[in-house]
Amino acid sequence: MSTTYLIRNARILGGDAADILVEDGRITEVGAGLSADGAEIVDGEGLVALPGLVDLHTHLREPGREDAETVDTGTQAAALGGFTAVHAMANTDPVADTAGVVEQVWRLGREAGHCDVFPVGAVTVGLQGERLAELGAMADSAARVRVFSDDGKCVSDAVLMRRALEYVKAFDGVVAQHAQEPRLTEDAQMNEGELSGRLGLRGWPAVAEEAIIARDCLLAAHVDSRLHVCHVSTAGSVEIVRWAKSKGWNVTAEACPHHLLLTDEKALTYDPIYKVNPPLRSAADVEALRAGLADGTIDVVATDHAPHPHEDKDCEWQAAAFGMLGLETALSIVQATMVDTGLLDWAGVAERMSTKPAEIGRLSGHGRPLAAGEPANIVLYDAGATRVVDPTETASLSRNTPYAGMELPGRVVATFLRGKPTVLDGKLA
Amino acid sequence: MKKHLLSAGDLSRDDAELILTTAEELRSLADRPIKKLPALRGRTIVNLFFEDSTRTRISFEAAAKRLSADVINFSAKGSSLSKGESLKDTALTLEAMGADAVVVRHWASGAPHLLANAGWSKSSVVNAGDGTHEHPTQALLDAFTMWRHLGNLDGRRVAIVGDVLHSRVARSNALLLRTLGAEVTLVAPPTLLPYGVDGWGVETSYDLDGVLPKADVVMMLRVQRERMNAAFFPTVREYSRRYGLDGRRMANLQDHTIVMHPGPMIRGMEITADVADSDRSVIVEQVTNGVAVRMAVLYLLLGGSEPALSKNAEGDE
Amino acid sequence: MDARDVSRALTRIAHEILERNKGASNLLLLGIPSRGVPLAQRIAAKIASVEGHDVEVGSLDVTMYRDDLRMKPARALMRTDIPSDGIDGKVVVLVDDVLFSGRTIRAALDAMNDLGRPQAVRLAVLVDRGHRELPIRADFVGKNLPTSLVEKVSVHLAEFDDEDAVLISGTSADDAPSREEESR
Repeated sequence: MSTTYLIRNARILGGDAADILVEDGRITEVGAGLSADGAEIVDGEGLVALPGLVDLHTHLREPGREDAETVDTGTQAAALGGFTAVHAMANTDPVADTAGVVEQVWRLGREAGHCDVFPVGAVTVGLQGERLAELGAMADSAARVRVFSDDGKCVSDAVLMRRALEYVKAFDGVVAQHAQEPRLTEDAQMNEGELSGRLGLRGWPAVAEEAIIARDCLLAAHVDSRLHVCHVSTAGSVEIVRWAKSKGWNVTAEACPHHLLLTDEKALTYDPIYKVNPPLRSAADVEALRAGLADGTIDVVATDHAPHPHEDKDCEWQAAAFGMLGLETALSIVQATMVDTGLLDWAGVAERMSTKPAEIGRLSGHGRPLAAGEPANIVLYDAGATRVVDPTETASLSRNTPYAGMELPGRVVATFLRGKPTVLDGKLA
Repeated sequence: MKKHLLSAGDLSRDDAELILTTAEELRSLADRPIKKLPALRGRTIVNLFFEDSTRTRISFEAAAKRLSADVINFSAKGSSLSKGESLKDTALTLEAMGADAVVVRHWASGAPHLLANAGWSKSSVVNAGDGTHEHPTQALLDAFTMWRHLGNLDGRRVAIVGDVLHSRVARSNALLLRTLGAEVTLVAPPTLLPYGVDGWGVETSYDLDGVLPKADVVMMLRVQRERMNAAFFPTVREYSRRYGLDGRRMANLQDHTIVMHPGPMIRGMEITADVADSDRSVIVEQVTNGVAVRMAVLYLLLGGSEPALSKNAEGDE
Repeated sequence: MDARDVSRALTRIAHEILERNKGASNLLLLGIPSRGVPLAQRIAAKIASVEGHDVEVGSLDVTMYRDDLRMKPARALMRTDIPSDGIDGKVVVLVDDVLFSGRTIRAALDAMNDLGRPQAVRLAVLVDRGHRELPIRADFVGKNLPTSLVEKVSVHLAEFDDEDAVLISGTSADDAPSREEESR
């Protein structure tokens, strides 16, 4: 296979068209009218070129739930979505709370080769929220873990959270908190609002998220450490993060595509495809998230790609699993909610879906500019295309996309991982 | 009428009044030598109960049998923790048996909705109580009981008192009574009113004594003692003192005011024995009316080639 | 037929019933809703004026016993009103407005079967338009109206239609009858 690619006439970050020459895994030249002998030509006419996307929040399910997703299938979905790096969440079985498990996931990612897999280490042993996991061992392992999270569960014990924030400073780590006060959300099913009362589904109050975020911002400031807030879903959370940032504290936050688009009205169908943690919120919350993402209060878009086998979604709402797919639709949802609405330009998208997440994850080889000398992690995206989401066409093993049948803008045409196409013509290369 | 009865909110005023007038006709059946009508001969009705409720099951069973339907009782009990029998597999089984209607009681809110809309079965689905969501036939029998005692419900004041938060009866009653023109006041300690109840289009009050003198109907809801452990109220004694209906409070009611309870009652908790057994109490009548109302619902859903047409929907379909 | 014709026909039926029954004792007039009910009441009133005491009147809805129940959307029930002592041992006169296929009367006989055991059942109709599909005939007929199947017979009664009349209309659609024809 050719190791030299010449991408012609792609609009870098949505700007003017230029050619990009890719040789031996790196971008060697960017400019007009480039040529290179023997290079494979990729027509970029009309396509937006972005740095390869980086997801801070992916559930690959392996080891343990290979019926829902494997590292191989999950990273295929990632590549098709334009991602060149994903952070694999720790809530596997066994939990990624030791160097052994994180190295296994990291190795599986390398073998699959569709995108880089950076395991997230659990904060506490078995996600039990009782004792710290061996964070240092995971940081020092071949997987080089920098992001630690009990995602799926909240590190609700304030002392434990404080210690974790302190401890990861030794290796420049970050604690990514799943902000959910457990007592306030016992058996909670959907956003607490008028609708939860009417539908008879136990409410999940915004305050259960906001109270933890506020506490953790204060803790992070107190111990002068880095906090990352997972899947911010409420207007109040955006306010708190904005306030923390205004203080100069080292707090970053992510929002998920589904929280930028869907509201709790979806629960009216009682279709658990819309059951997710944190829950879909109100239209006002959606507006606040979009505004927060636009003004930089929310630093990144993370997918919280959460595959579940059919039987865990084809049942009563109360009995169903939380979570929805996200990797293959994330960029389209961001286009629909942020770009097409005028809230963000493509440079802004690149920053929130590549540069910033790479920075938070301390990934040196990702989230770099599309410039000579940089690693050739590139996604070519046709923003003018539209497609109707067909769940049976996902590369993911699971089918639980909330967008089935919806017409979404945009299509990933090609993804390059260190100069090698993982996706070409919209198909896995 | 729609094909399914999932929520009291599915009923237009015409639908609801058609059910009440039909129930009025069917109620007289109880006084006849042969308590049987042929309307649902050859129809199969399945009582699908994922949660125990002998009263509701028997009421639906009697209703279906009096209309000559074949009745199959299917108990698929499973707690919300151990998922138990899969709703989908059960639905497919019932479909294979050729059920014309499925009367479903389920611990999960929305389960009847799923059964009706997931494409697993073609049967009509009647919600016989789902989680903390709704219990539309209970609301219909309550409205029927009120209607028999008070006539037209327009402008009538109905106080629904107790654990509204966890009550499917309260939700369905609030929807149906509004449709029928009544003014509903939900009375409970603030902890037992749902978040966002302001959007329901009903009044709320924390003060039972302020509401009683104006009420035409007082409906007491069951309050489980265990709620005390989740801090919904401090003690049973304090709850009873503030929200229980006793003889002293009953004395403040208007002469025509009736007292209702969907059962099962906890005497001494939300209602005292002297109130439950008083002349105002129509609690036993509610049970009788339950059969007539459920007959009406089953007849109007299954008696013809399709559910009865609403007056204003006639010609549309 | 106009209002006077209707009244004369009902008077005659009343007299025929009395004659056949040898008086008003043990009689129960059961009207079939909707228009059979006021007809039964009017006949009862005429009998009462002749005999000097009231005759029992009731109504019998046959909706659930119809053989075409499953051919249309579920129909609203109409009033069934049976005296508290039932129909056992009584002479029941079923009253309806138009006798056509005979299917309504069959349904009424079935319905009565679930109510008890009358001594005898008779049938009174305001109009017999022929075209029977079952072996049923009326004992008391206000008027025989030979019609073609494409024609429609409409009975108007003051209780529903502000006038008493029996009209025959042709096939034209805008000449629609005010009530649904007896089902065939």
